[in-house]
Amino acid sequence: MARVKVKRRGIKIPPGYLLLLLTVISVLLMVLTFTTDVVPTIFNGIAGYTFMPFKNGLTEISEYAGKRADDFKQVREVISENEALKAQVDELTQENDRLIENRFELIELRSLLDLDSEYEEYEKVGARVTGKDPGNWYSVFIIDKGENDGIKEGMNVIAGSGLVGIITKTGPNWSQVRSIIDDESNVSGRMLNTSDNLIVYGNLESIKDGAIEFGQLSDSDDEVAVGDKVVTSYISDRYLPGIAIGYINTIEKDPNNLTKSGTLTPVVDFEHIDVVLVITQMKEENIIE
Amino acid sequence: MKRLLEILFIFICFLLQSTLLRYGSFAGIVPNLMIIITSIFGFMEGRTDGMCVGFACGLLTDIFYGSVLGLNALIYLIIGYLNGVGNRGFYPDDIKLPLIFISGSDMVYLLLTYISGFLLRARLDIGYYFIHLMLPELVYTVAVSLIVYIPIRNLFLRFDRGAEEED
Repeated sequence: MARVKVKRRGIKIPPGYLLLLLTVISVLLMVLTFTTDVVPTIFNGIAGYTFMPFKNGLTEISEYAGKRADDFKQVREVISENEALKAQVDELTQENDRLIENRFELIELRSLLDLDSEYEEYEKVGARVTGKDPGNWYSVFIIDKGENDGIKEGMNVIAGSGLVGIITKTGPNWSQVRSIIDDESNVSGRMLNTSDNLIVYGNLESIKDGAIEFGQLSDSDDEVAVGDKVVTSYISDRYLPGIAIGYINTIEKDPNNLTKSGTLTPVVDFEHIDVVLVITQMKEENIIE
Repeated sequence: MKRLLEILFIFICFLLQSTLLRYGSFAGIVPNLMIIITSIFGFMEGRTDGMCVGFACGLLTDIFYGSVLGLNALIYLIIGYLNGVGNRGFYPDDIKLPLIFISGSDMVYLLLTYISGFLLRARLDIGYYFIHLMLPELVYTVAVSLIVYIPIRNLFLRFDRGAEEED
């Protein structure tokens, strides 16, 4: 029977005591997370060096397999898409020429206004996504760059042209990113066209339909419409200003008749993030300067 | 030797859970391998093993993906212990009871996660979460455990037999 077991040498702790012991350790760890950084840092280090090499390898394998499967599916779509895109390229080339002209004008005007430094390009580090949250509740993922590469907690993460999230935890060779669609995430945003401020909340319920929620938008003149672009605001203390978040999807008045809320479609395709960029410049440094 | 195997299982399941398994998800839902092994080792090997495996799985989740260190560890620990209590009713040939244990464990895990992470932040719509998240995960987890359980059981029974012969 299964109850018959090998007698083990050494000390044997009764299960009841072990339960108590491990419970105490768990609670202690929770308390330590809120009070010090020392213990989590040690854990992050040990776990990072043991697991990351395997994780990186496995990610590459699964990405490869996933891409091969996609390739077959997509060839046909790509051919038809290619033709449409070619037409678009011509269109855009013309528009681009016009925009370049405008840009020169803008540069001149800006230098006149001395706004150069504020609009400087942020410095970025590329990183690969090596694992996603094991459960189904949160939208947290980890990347293969950490403290050794100069990444710190609080740095902004982008992919393509839009905001993905923020670094919430770092190990020596990995870091944890909480994406803006995560249920616990809040981003302070701004309407690009009217400069009204709003708050963007991640919500597990609405992300199933590919949207995130926003609220506290004070739009007294009814100027904000569906399709308007939302970017990160200047008043946020964690996010750098001017990073695209998404486009307004639905909008309606709150019961208080003062603010508006609704949903927006994020710029980034959160289902398929393989590579992200971490902006190594932090918001706080800006403030100090 | 068994302990070594358990550690190996934790290692493999944790790695698969966050990487390869993501590509086998239906509508964004993945099964919970870590609950499966915590539950299996709990009712096959007793409370001590269940607790240790659970604690390790939970702690790993906390380190890489959690925001509070020790929260998942505690949840998995309790689940491992409860499964260990069920060790008395364990017969190797019976497959219904293990499935009930695994699905029960997953349900407890989902409920505790909901309470600790969502209910406390006033996300009250449990009906929505139940239909769109808990139920699919439960079904998927039980389906996967059907595949995983029998090989693990056979492997461990072989070790037990080997040990008996040595005695």
